[in-house]
Amino acid sequence: MSPFFEALLLQAGYNAALVAIGAALLGFAAGSSGTFLFLRKRALVSDAVAHATLPGVGLAFIVMVSLGGDGRSLLGLLLGSALTAWIGLLTIEWITRRTRLAEDAAIGAVLGVFFGIGIVLLTVIQSMSAGRQAGLESFLLGSTAGMLFQDAVVIAVGGSLTVFATWLLRRPMTLVAFDGDYAAALGYDVRRIDLLMMGLVMAVTVIGLKLVGLILIVAMLIIPAVTARFWTERSGRVIWVAGAVGGLSGYLGAVLSASAPALPTGPIIVLVAAVLFVVSLLFAPGRGVLAAVLRHRSFQARVHRRQGLLALAAQHPIREAYTLRLLAREGLVRPDGVPTEAGRAQAAKVARDERRWDVAREIHQDAGLTGRYDGVTPIEEVFTADEITEFDRRLGPPTAVGGA
Amino acid sequence: MGAEFVQFSLTPILIGTLAAIACALPGNFLILRRQALIGDAISHVVLPGIVVAFLLTGVVAAIPMLLGAAGAAVVAVILIEAVKRLGGIEPGAAMGVVFTTMFAAGVLILEQSDTSRVHLDVEHALMGNLESLIWFRADGWGSLLDPVALASLPDELPRIAIVCAMVVALTVLFWRWLKISTFDEGFAEALGIPSAAVGFGLVLTAAVAAVAAFDAVGSIIVIAMFICPPAAARLMTNRLERQVWWSVAFATLSAVLGYVLAGYGPLWFGATHAVSAAGMIAVVSGAILGLACLFGPHRSRIGIGRQDAA
Repeated sequence: MSPFFEALLLQAGYNAALVAIGAALLGFAAGSSGTFLFLRKRALVSDAVAHATLPGVGLAFIVMVSLGGDGRSLLGLLLGSALTAWIGLLTIEWITRRTRLAEDAAIGAVLGVFFGIGIVLLTVIQSMSAGRQAGLESFLLGSTAGMLFQDAVVIAVGGSLTVFATWLLRRPMTLVAFDGDYAAALGYDVRRIDLLMMGLVMAVTVIGLKLVGLILIVAMLIIPAVTARFWTERSGRVIWVAGAVGGLSGYLGAVLSASAPALPTGPIIVLVAAVLFVVSLLFAPGRGVLAAVLRHRSFQARVHRRQGLLALAAQHPIREAYTLRLLAREGLVRPDGVPTEAGRAQAAKVARDERRWDVAREIHQDAGLTGRYDGVTPIEEVFTADEITEFDRRLGPPTAVGGA
Repeated sequence: MGAEFVQFSLTPILIGTLAAIACALPGNFLILRRQALIGDAISHVVLPGIVVAFLLTGVVAAIPMLLGAAGAAVVAVILIEAVKRLGGIEPGAAMGVVFTTMFAAGVLILEQSDTSRVHLDVEHALMGNLESLIWFRADGWGSLLDPVALASLPDELPRIAIVCAMVVALTVLFWRWLKISTFDEGFAEALGIPSAAVGFGLVLTAAVAAVAAFDAVGSIIVIAMFICPPAAARLMTNRLERQVWWSVAFATLSAVLGYVLAGYGPLWFGATHAVSAAGMIAVVSGAILGLACLFGPHRSRIGIGRQDAA
C-alpha cells in the first residue's frame, strides 16, 4: 500500500492516526463555529483573536515555571492563551464602542500589539534557564511532531464541546448574524450573543494552536464557511456543510502531511481547504462561476433566438452570425438565411407572442405581471389561458409569415 | 551615550523610526478608507513573496526580495478582488481566504526547498530582528564623518531610508488626490481624479513599506505600525494634515521608546537579557493608542456625548 492510503486508513502509525482524527475534529468545530463569524461579516476578528493568543502562551509558561512546574503542559498553555485572546476580544469591542475608530482599525491594532507583547514574552522566556527548550515557537505554525494522546484528548473534548455549543446557540446566533436590530427588538442581548459567538471562535483557536498554529487557524475558521456558502442558501445547512468541509480538509491534510516528509501539517490542511474553496467557487451549482457562465450563455441564446425569429417574422435579413448559427442548428433557417417551414411557423408564434404582450401591456393594469415582459419570457408563463384568449380576441386571427 | 551607543543602538533606532514612519503615512489613509486590514493581508503575503523570489533567483538580495514581496502583494490584491467579485463574498472573508492560503503556500514552499543554509527562517520573518542590525565599524560619533566606517553601515539602513523618502514624496506629491478620493470618491471622480488608480497606488505603496520594514521588525508587527500610530492620531484631531503629523510623531516615539525599553528596560529590573525590540515597539505603539482611546480630544463618535463615554 502506498504511504498515502496507509495514512488515509489510519494505518500509518499511532501518531499519524491521532493527528488525522484530531485534525478532522478540529476542522469540523472550526468550520461550524466560523460560519456565524462569516455570516456576521466579521471574519477577520478571528485573525486578531488568533494573534492575541501568543502573549497568553508566554505568560502561562512563565507562571507555570515560576510555580515550579515544567511549563509545557498543554492544558495550562491553552488556558493562558484563552485568557489573553478573550482580553483581545474585549479590547476590540471596547475600542469600537467607545471611540470613533472602525472595527477594522481595532482588529489590526489588537492583532499587532498583542502579537508584539507575545514576541517580547518569548524573548523573556528564551533568557530564562528553563526556557531554552520550551519550543513555544511551535505555536506560531503548529507542530504535530510528538503529539501526545492527552493532546488529542484535549482537541477531541474541546472540539466536541464547541460543536455542541454551536448547535445550542444556532438560533440566536443566526438571528443576530442576519438582522441584529430585529434580534434586539425581540429582546435578545445582541452584545452578549456577539461575545458568545466570539467565545466559540476563541475556543476553536485555542484548541487548534497545537495542530495548525495561531497564524493558520484563521484559515480554518474562514475558508470552510465561505466554501459552504456556495452550496446552500439555508443558514442551518451552511453550518453543517462548513463543518464537513473543515473536517474533510483537516483529515485529508493530516493524511497528506503524514504520507511524505517535509509536508507541514498546518499549511497542508489550509491548502486542502483552499482547493475545496476554489473547486466550489468554480463549479458549485447556482453560485459558482461555471453556473453563472452557463446561465449567461443560455440567456444570450434565448435573446438571440427570439430576436432572430422576430426578424424572420418581419422579413428582415439576419446579419448577426451567432443568431444565424443558432437558428440553423435548430433547423429554423437554411445556411443562406432563408427561413424553413418550421422557422416560419416558429417566427409566426413568436411574433404573435410579441403582439399579445403589446396588448397585455396596453390593457392590463397589474404592473407586477406586465412588468415581467423582458423580451424573452413567453406570455403563457405569465398570463392564464383565459386572459390570452381575451388578448387574441382584440388582436384578430393569426397571420402567416412570408405570405405562403 | 558614547561609542557603544553609536555601534549598537544608533542604526537600529534609525531603522525602526524610518520603518515606523514609512508605514504610518499610508496607514493614515488606509484607516480613513476602512481598509486597515489590507495592511494585515499584505504583511502576511510578504513571506510567500520573499520565498518565491529567493527560489527564483537563488540569492538573498534586497532587490529581488522587494520585487517578490511587492509582486505577492499585487497578486493578493487581484485575488481578493477576484474572490469578491466572482464569489459575491464580503471583503473581510475574501481577504481571510486569500492571505491565509498564500501564507500557507509560503510556509510549505519554505519547508520543501533547501533554504536551511541561508538566513531565511519563518520565525525571523514573523518576529523581525532589529537588534542584529548593528554598525560594526563604528567607534564613536566621529564615525558618522568617516567614509570607511559609513561604508559598513548595515544595508537595511539606506534601503529603508530610500523607501521612507519615497513614501514621503508620494504622500506630498499625491496629497490632494489622496485626500479627496479618500473622503469622497464620487467627488474625486467628478474632478477627473482616477480614484481606483489612487487606491491601488496606496495599497502598492503600503506593500513596499511593509516589505522594507519587514527586515527590521518582522511581518506581523508591521501591522501594528500601519495601524496604531495613525489610529491614535485620528483620535487627536479632526484635520487630516494634523493627523498625519501626529501619526509621524507617534511612530517616531514608538520606535525610539520601544527600542530603548527593549534594550535597557530589562536591565533596570535587574535582568541580564534584552527583550525583542520589534515586539516592544508594537507594545509602545499600542500603549499610545490606548492612551489616545482614553484621553484623546476627538475620541468619540459624533453624536455620542461625554456622559455616554463615561
